[in-house]
Amino acid sequence: MSQIAKLVAQRLALGLLTLFVISLIIFLCVEMLPGNFSEAILGQAATPETVAAFNRELGLDLPPHERYFTWLFNMVQGDFGRSLASKRELSELLGYRLENTLFLASVAAVIAIPLAVTLGVLAALYRESFYDRAINVVTLSSISFPEFFVAYILILVLAQNLGWFPAISNINDELSFWQKIYRTALPAFTLTLVCVAHMMRMTRAAIINLLASPYIEMARLKGLRPTRIILKHALPNALAPIINVVVLNMAYLVVGVVLVEVVFVYPGLGQLFVDSVRSRDIPVVQACSLIFAMTYVLLNLLADVLSIMSNPRLLHPR
Amino acid sequence: MEKIDQLKQLAQNSKIGRREFMSTVTAMGVTVAAASTMWSSSVQAAPKRGGRMRMGSAHGNTTDTLDPSTFNNGSIIQQGYAMRNHLSEVDNDGTLVPELAEGWEASDDASEWVFTLRKGVEFHNGKTMDANDVISTMNYHRGKDSKSAAKPLLAPVTELKADGKNKVVFKLSGGSADFPYTVSDYHLAIMPADASGKVDWQSGVGTGGYIKQKFEPGVRATYKRNPNYFKAGRAHFDEVEFLTITDVVARTNALTTGEIDAMSRCDLKTVHLLKRRKGVKVEEVTGTLHYTIPMHTDVAPFDNNHVRMALKYAVDREVLLKTILRGHGVVGNDHPISTANRYHNGDLPQRTYDLDKAKFHLKKAGVGSISVDLSAADAAFVGAVDAAVLYKEHAAKAGININVVREPSDGYWSNVWLKKPWCMVYWGGRPTEDMMFSQSLATGADWNESHFSNKRFMELLIKARAELDEDKRRVMYHEMQRIVNMDGGTVVPLFANYVFAMSDKVMHDPKMAGNWDMDGDKSLERWWFG
Repeated sequence: MSQIAKLVAQRLALGLLTLFVISLIIFLCVEMLPGNFSEAILGQAATPETVAAFNRELGLDLPPHERYFTWLFNMVQGDFGRSLASKRELSELLGYRLENTLFLASVAAVIAIPLAVTLGVLAALYRESFYDRAINVVTLSSISFPEFFVAYILILVLAQNLGWFPAISNINDELSFWQKIYRTALPAFTLTLVCVAHMMRMTRAAIINLLASPYIEMARLKGLRPTRIILKHALPNALAPIINVVVLNMAYLVVGVVLVEVVFVYPGLGQLFVDSVRSRDIPVVQACSLIFAMTYVLLNLLADVLSIMSNPRLLHPR
Repeated sequence: MEKIDQLKQLAQNSKIGRREFMSTVTAMGVTVAAASTMWSSSVQAAPKRGGRMRMGSAHGNTTDTLDPSTFNNGSIIQQGYAMRNHLSEVDNDGTLVPELAEGWEASDDASEWVFTLRKGVEFHNGKTMDANDVISTMNYHRGKDSKSAAKPLLAPVTELKADGKNKVVFKLSGGSADFPYTVSDYHLAIMPADASGKVDWQSGVGTGGYIKQKFEPGVRATYKRNPNYFKAGRAHFDEVEFLTITDVVARTNALTTGEIDAMSRCDLKTVHLLKRRKGVKVEEVTGTLHYTIPMHTDVAPFDNNHVRMALKYAVDREVLLKTILRGHGVVGNDHPISTANRYHNGDLPQRTYDLDKAKFHLKKAGVGSISVDLSAADAAFVGAVDAAVLYKEHAAKAGININVVREPSDGYWSNVWLKKPWCMVYWGGRPTEDMMFSQSLATGADWNESHFSNKRFMELLIKARAELDEDKRRVMYHEMQRIVNMDGGTVVPLFANYVFAMSDKVMHDPKMAGNWDMDGDKSLERWWFG
């Protein structure tokens, strides 16, 4: 177990370094974009005079390295800073959006992961059957369509024609938990459709891979039922690759859903991120990208730890 | 018929009851059934209090704040008008009426204006509005450190002082007959101020018809009706939920499935289908919104007026209207004054697509054919790039080679507009000729996008500004439109309609304002549930 603790510590330290590099890259990229925050906000109404006054007010007239290091210094002390636009504390501004994003990701994950694994196991079980083919065709087509298209189809059928679900996800804190679930349903279904194929096929492939190994052969010769062979003997050994794919998909559910957010008007982090890049609101951009990067670092770490726990041999790489 | 209309009016204002209405109308030869429908339709038209209005706006960013000096989109402008008021208001007929002011008076040369404030108007926090609030608000936009987009509007104000608690005196550097229009600008909302003159924009407290409850920029805001609203017959909804829905398909879906009650900016490509939908009505208003294609008149080859004229004749506006706006607009006549303005020059012949004239002017300019760059991005307006490509096709037939340069939408206003010698632009338009001309065509103006400079034009601009006689002003403004049309560097191909939609339960006055989208962006105050 101590080896795992060591690995976690090592990876976290590396993760911090990654975050630092990312913050630097993001800062430089935003700096390189034409225009700055004041020009973006004043837009067509900008005059050199008003832009200069606005820059002075926000401290944007300082040289870039000074601004970056002030930000970094505050950041290390736990002060994320304030949004240039609303002057609101970032923790407050992002907290609400992050909560929404995690909520949607969780709902989607709760539907998608069991579904994908079950479908994958069944596909392995009835390999080469009509069911196997059908499920492959369906999931592969849903992943091949752009996600906004899948979203529009769901809206057309489930919201416009049948009227079962609302067409937009107007989420706010006046709603009860179940109301929130109800309003999150369509975006969650969309994400499910988009990410099930990947996980399902990985489950299927990992299990089928094992089915050729001698111990499975042995189990079959012993006369065990195929269901038991797969669930009891094949699946535990196939867990490592499945976990990897599942966790990567969870990361996608957190960071890659801007389009779905736009189509369903879901107030998540992605929309905030895009808006902030457009208006060059650097503190918000930085905070969002750090959250996204952190999601990847932590989930990757989680994937590794879980894989090792499911298969301790991985602790000793050859 | 006129009599019936009068009766309807009376019924609308609850001056007569149903029985009286029915008996009078049937006595005039109308059948009982018809009279009954007439009655219900007129009563429906009378504004009713109540309901929760859910508005879906095409605009709104996470960067929006309650600070009116940086208001820059339809969403926050609408909300600003719901929370706060101004000294004056452009009403739904397009006429200027007093709002927080009771009235105003000008000195003879229109260089000094005295606004008398309405007495006893309370802010949402209970403070009574007085001259200090007005002066502090104006100073907030005027100061040296002001970042306000309204700073240029108030530049002519040299001195601002209170005359008692209820009078404010504006001294201007020159005469300005339209000054009361200036103070109706959406940036100049009156905010509460403390004794030191510091205004409070952070809280969103104003005198308006709705009190801010929750404000999540770019997502959602909620308001409840101000029970002490000073204006009679306005602000009818009990509650308002304001949603930003930037995706037009999502917005349309939300309206058709009843998630929202009204939406701005319909998709012009599918609006004919939306019109067929039961329970939804689509409204269209021609206003001051227009598209311009300004050439820098001091840069070759645009410094030659014959080249400019050739380019003006070389675009088929009708085709642009049909393809870019799907007919939801009117063609422009190379000046920025709309039919919604007071002094629109309707006698000016409409410029058309005329290849012979274009070629004639090219010849006069001393060139057989020219090659010019036209910068475009859809940030200018939806379809701007397509419009540029169409222009290229049209002009090619006159021997003009237009090279369409696709610019990035991001940063368009800082990097392309006013910088590139020829580009695509939109203007929301201004309520008065003076504001429009002073900002976009006056010599030395910050936004003089065509670097236009004309001596006669400037003389007239200053003279007309100080002229209080309507007829004399009309003559001057007509001449100015002609000058811009004949000599200006701006091609004005189109005026675009505001097209928006609402549930058929939502009612509004027969005429809607054209100065901004959504009934002058005052829909929350002006509309009601029938």
